[in-house]
Amino acid sequence: MVDVTPADAVPPAEVGEVELYHPHSWWTKYVFSQDAKVIAVQYSATATAIGLVALVLSWLMRLQLGFPGTFDFITPEAYYQFITMHGMIMVIYLLTALFLGGFGNYLIPLMVGARDMVFPYVNMLSYWVYLLAVLVLVSSFFAPGGPTGAGWTLYPPQAIMTGTPGGQDWGIILMLSSLILFIIGFTMGGLNYVVTVLQGRTRGMTLMRLPLTVWGIFTATVMALLAFPALFVACVMMLLDRALGTSFFMPAIVEMGQQLQHNGGSPILFQHLFWFFGHPEVYIVALPAFGIVSDLISTHARKNIFGYRMMVWAIIAIGALSFVVWAHHMYVSGMHPYFGFFFATTTLIIAVPTAIKVYNWVLTLWRGDIHLTIPMLFALAFIVTFVNGGLTGLFLGNVVVDVPLSDTMFVVAHFHMVMGVAPILVIFGAIYHWYPKVTGRMLDETLGKFHFWVTFLGAYLIFFPMHYLGLMGIPRRYAELTDMTIMTESAHHLNSFISIMAFIVGFAQMVFLFNLIWSIRHGREAGGNPWRATTLEWQTPQTPPAHGNFGKELPIVYRWAYDYSVPGAKEDFIPQNVPGDFAPSKEPS
Amino acid sequence: MAVVLVLVLIVVGSVLFHLLSPWWWTPIASNWDYIDNTIIISFWITGIVFAAVVLFMAYCVFRFRHREGNRAVYEPENKRLESWLMIVTAIGVTALLVPGLFVWSRFVTVPSDATEVEVVAQQWQWSFRLPGKDGKLGTSDTRDVTADNPLGVAPKDPNGQDDVLVEAADLHLPVGKPIKVLLRSIDVLHDFYIPEFRAKMDMIPGSVTYFWFTPTRTGTFQVLCAELCGQGHPLMHGVVVVDTEQDYLAWLGQQQTFAQLSAPQQSGSANQPPGKTIASNLGVAANSELSRSAQ
Amino acid sequence: MSVILVFLLVIAGFAGWWLSHQRLTAKPWLEQGLAGDFVGFDRSALPTAKIGLGVFLAVVGCLFSLFTSAYFMRMGLPDWQPLPLPRLLWLNTGVLVLSSVALQCAVIAARKGQIDNVRLGLATAGLTTLAFLVGQLMAWRQLTADGYLLASNPANSFFYLITGMHGLHILGGLVGLGRTSIGAWNGARPQRLRLSVELCAMYWHFLLFVWLCIFALLAGWAATFIDICRQLLT
Repeated sequence: MVDVTPADAVPPAEVGEVELYHPHSWWTKYVFSQDAKVIAVQYSATATAIGLVALVLSWLMRLQLGFPGTFDFITPEAYYQFITMHGMIMVIYLLTALFLGGFGNYLIPLMVGARDMVFPYVNMLSYWVYLLAVLVLVSSFFAPGGPTGAGWTLYPPQAIMTGTPGGQDWGIILMLSSLILFIIGFTMGGLNYVVTVLQGRTRGMTLMRLPLTVWGIFTATVMALLAFPALFVACVMMLLDRALGTSFFMPAIVEMGQQLQHNGGSPILFQHLFWFFGHPEVYIVALPAFGIVSDLISTHARKNIFGYRMMVWAIIAIGALSFVVWAHHMYVSGMHPYFGFFFATTTLIIAVPTAIKVYNWVLTLWRGDIHLTIPMLFALAFIVTFVNGGLTGLFLGNVVVDVPLSDTMFVVAHFHMVMGVAPILVIFGAIYHWYPKVTGRMLDETLGKFHFWVTFLGAYLIFFPMHYLGLMGIPRRYAELTDMTIMTESAHHLNSFISIMAFIVGFAQMVFLFNLIWSIRHGREAGGNPWRATTLEWQTPQTPPAHGNFGKELPIVYRWAYDYSVPGAKEDFIPQNVPGDFAPSKEPS
Repeated sequence: MAVVLVLVLIVVGSVLFHLLSPWWWTPIASNWDYIDNTIIISFWITGIVFAAVVLFMAYCVFRFRHREGNRAVYEPENKRLESWLMIVTAIGVTALLVPGLFVWSRFVTVPSDATEVEVVAQQWQWSFRLPGKDGKLGTSDTRDVTADNPLGVAPKDPNGQDDVLVEAADLHLPVGKPIKVLLRSIDVLHDFYIPEFRAKMDMIPGSVTYFWFTPTRTGTFQVLCAELCGQGHPLMHGVVVVDTEQDYLAWLGQQQTFAQLSAPQQSGSANQPPGKTIASNLGVAANSELSRSAQ
Repeated sequence: MSVILVFLLVIAGFAGWWLSHQRLTAKPWLEQGLAGDFVGFDRSALPTAKIGLGVFLAVVGCLFSLFTSAYFMRMGLPDWQPLPLPRLLWLNTGVLVLSSVALQCAVIAARKGQIDNVRLGLATAGLTTLAFLVGQLMAWRQLTADGYLLASNPANSFFYLITGMHGLHILGGLVGLGRTSIGAWNGARPQRLRLSVELCAMYWHFLLFVWLCIFALLAGWAATFIDICRQLLT
């Protein structure tokens, strides 16, 4: 047992306080702000705005799939542009930006007990470059020829050829430029998130006292810093192929009877680079969700997270392993067949640490004191959808099972369940959880319940049956599901049903948006710590936290983040900055 | 409490959906029922895990929901339980992986008596090439593609002269004989996919990929493209007919060889080189009409 | 993709070494209090800016490893025709080494507080770096004049791409060097000046290292070296 130092004997936090930038005007306070909290809100708002565009695009494509031939304005070109932009926006501009730029910026400094990020100026630049990337992306909707329709994977050669919308117009150029900008912007932000966790922690905040949210975001950021360069390389090379006629990815090609100038490139090289980024990207989205949901479950079940050490190790193991599984996206790409053995094995090994995380979430509920608040409901829904999507991942990772299922609706259903629905349910849960800290007011509970039920059940009804369409063999990325002998009449009905559910779920998001805006002024006053949580962000002197987060002195951390229902303590939670020994180890367990 | 009920309903509903829904795979027409069996094993294992986790969660929510005076138990970890769970998971994962790898090694080992058939894809139609009497396919190169030689067969290669070319028309295959499908594309990525055969593989311009299978029943099967290849992707259908040996030979007798097709006096309208037609008809509709009229 | 995997292995080694000092096996629920004996684990004694730069250099290293990986993958195809390296690159290499040495001298001078020598070092480094960039551009022009165009062959494309990417990073470094120089002439605080000079030197040494690797790669020595290793292993 470590000796306890009385609180008054502790010198004030003397170690390297961050040099704070003090805003002088309205502009530097709310627009060109260097405060991570403001940047977080800016990131979140931009990501949400562009995410709404992607939501509308998904409606348009569901209109076409559910009611083929009814809507003439959805031509095949338009359809491919919709799916491409929907996928790219959702994966990169919404999920990555919201988890790391939004939640990372808001929560890291507050949770580790820092006044701000360590490089506030670079952090501000990060947001503005991100915004520029988003604007370039949006501009492609208005460019001649429209946005690219190459699919979010942008596979060459078709991505830069005339047979693909935007391939020989501006679409693909703007897409690649936007991605390059995004990566530059992200790298600026990512440096901040990593170095703040390394160097910005307050006294007593050892790594093993960090909340799992910080662990998740930290590991995801490290992975993103190492994985995004692969996308950067691929984008730069493809941009040169498109704009200057090089042949990195372009072999000799006869297009529509004409020999193209390209010669000697390798399309497979692009796929390796893309998926070297693309697979870690899945976990870049998943790990923050893992972290956040752990904290939601622990707080709302009033119980410490079960197996904290195992949870940390699992995060690290998943992060490391995710760099050696990329080619499981390429089982049917014609690469050397013996790679299949290696990548199937590594892929299925990842299932073990992931499964442990699931067990530990569920075991945290066991003998807990479960408050069925809205964040808790979303956390439960996350477990259901994540387990479902994770298990279908075992189908697709198991090389030979992937052969019939790859490029079918099964894949679409799988990745929407596991990295679409599941992380977004966590985002919703997290917003209901931290909104009171950001605004000082609670979100409306009735609207929240409506939002939860429609979103959860609707999304499950969309994506669970979709697996079976894939099992039938219906390929993904088909603008028209006509003239196919395997497509039965009942499968068309199922598609119509899925489309209707998609509109309903989308509508529920409007209710959520209304709730977000309405509650800023009309929500119930929250107080500083409405969920009676232990972590540092709930212990700030002001709510919402003021500039510098913690008032005159930084908090000092005396315990881990999960002291809920400690035997012998009066309350059922002990904040991390409260000294004193309640010695749970002395209690018989 | 509603949430407990819903969680249980999700498990029951999902299982019932799986058992009762009319949406299931197409009747198999190749030797790859091994793959179907592996999928069945996967469904069993993952189904049990899904039901167990969600039902346990439902029970926890029911049993330990907040009531006045409740207090959670303080339980940081339980090493034994965690180790057991890890071992059980590892066993489950192995049970999925091992059969999968066995079938995969079968999938990538082409039997020596397999007949080679080449599939050539281009936006947005399928062509085929079968070895002639010498049993060998001639070499090919995308740079040899011209209007008169739409598949890019090397004009100088003697092995290629007797190759049978099937341009934008149906392919016939004999039942019961292993086929090694060589896949080639002259423009973008495509993927030769017949749902009933289960197997599929991408075609990559600049290289030749392959897979093998044995058709096990006669019939007409639709070829789909399973790799996004531009705006005509969903209309890139083809037809493979699995025949009895007799019918197959009769069909083969009617086909023309590369030498016949590239002879200078040749000008059949039915076998007009697609290159020219496509160059003048960029539209998808026109293109798919072409492949339909060719059928 | 072997190069990038080796690079990531090195990064993982670093991360593993650091994590192994963070008591990841501790049971945090048993350790209440300020925990005087692990205050040392709070953070590194290194200046935060250096750690930030270190992380950034890891990202840059990752980028160039990926370029190298792509280069090797393409090189494996049979129709690979490398282009002859201009002699000028040797001179450029020498110039870049010189700028690194100059910055190292500036660091030593900054530690001793000799502001004049710091200025001299910074100016030399700036000028030699500019000379390097001009030299690279001349090498490009020479190749273009000899008919080795960007788009004529994948090996050419890779040459221009990788050298260009390295040049852009040097250019970015010059911005930092410029800011440091402004500080050196306008009388920045010695502590602060020393840190920025050290950061510049760190960046320059790293980019010199990257350049040497690229040079070996483009000259074909890297491939020969790997072949020898492979033969030794088998």
